[in-house]
Amino acid sequence: MTCQEIFARLSEYIEFDLPPDACREIELHLAACPPCIEFTESLRRTVELCRGYRPAELPAPLAREARDRLEAAYRDMLAARAKPGNR
Amino acid sequence: MRPEDETELARRLIAGDPVAFDRFVDHFRAKIFQYSWLMCGHREDAEEVAQDTLLKVFESFAQLREPERVRPWVFRIARNACLMKRRKSVYAPARELSLDELMPARDGEGEGRLQIADWSRLPDAQALDSELHDALGRAIAALPEIYRSVILLRDLEELSTEETAQILDIAEPAVKMRLHRARLAVRQTLDEHLRSGRQ
Repeated sequence: MTCQEIFARLSEYIEFDLPPDACREIELHLAACPPCIEFTESLRRTVELCRGYRPAELPAPLAREARDRLEAAYRDMLAARAKPGNR
Repeated sequence: MRPEDETELARRLIAGDPVAFDRFVDHFRAKIFQYSWLMCGHREDAEEVAQDTLLKVFESFAQLREPERVRPWVFRIARNACLMKRRKSVYAPARELSLDELMPARDGEGEGRLQIADWSRLPDAQALDSELHDALGRAIAALPEIYRSVILLRDLEELSTEETAQILDIAEPAVKMRLHRARLAVRQTLDEHLRSGRQ
C-alpha cells in the first residue's frame, strides 16, 4: 500500500470501519512510515476537536408567544394521542 | 446530553410530562439553532429554523415510533426546514474537494518529509483557546455545503453513517466519502493555522 492509498482510507481506519485485511495492510504500512503515523494522528485529533466543537452563538431567549405556539402544538399532539384508537 | 438521555426525554414527553417539554425545547432548540447557523450563517434564519422544526416535531411527535431515534428524527426535520429557507449560504460556495488537494505537501521533490505541524501541542477540545476555537469554526464554515452537512451530522452531532444517509437522502458510501474529505479539509486548515505559529 502506498501513502496515497492509506490516505484515502484513514477515516474508516480510525473508526475501525475497515475489514480486518485492509486494517492489517494499513498497520503494516504505518509501522514503517512515520510521516503517515503523524498524519493519522493529526486526523484523529481533528475528529476529536470536531466532536467537541460547539459554536459560540446561541439562540436568543425564546419569546413568550413562540413558546405558547410550541406548547399548543404539544398539547394538541397529546390530545390526539389520547383519543381511542390513536395510541 | 447523551443520546440515551434524549431517548428518556422523548419517552417522558410522549407520556405528557410538562417538565420534559421545557427540557426538550431548551435542549433541541439550541442544537437546531447551532446546526442551522453552521449550515446557513444567518442568525435570523437559524432562529426561524429552530422554531419551525420544533413546531413540526410537536405536530408529528406521534409519528416517532422509536424514541431512541429522536435525535436523527429531529435533525431530519431540521434539515428540511433549512432547505425550505432556500436562502443562499453565506459560507463556502458549492464545489468538489479532491483528495489530491487535501494531501499534505512534501519538503522538496519526491519522497521528501510531509509538511505537518506539531499537533502534540494542541489541548483537547474542552480546553481550546478562543483563537483555535474560532479557527475550527472557520474551517468548518469554509467547507462546501455537501461536505459541511455531513461533518455536522456525523462528527458534531455524532449520528451514525446510516442515520446521516437517511437525513441527507444520500447513499452510505457517499456519506463516508464526504465525511473523509470534510475531515481532511478541516485538518488541512488547522494544520496551516498551527504552522503559521498562531498556536
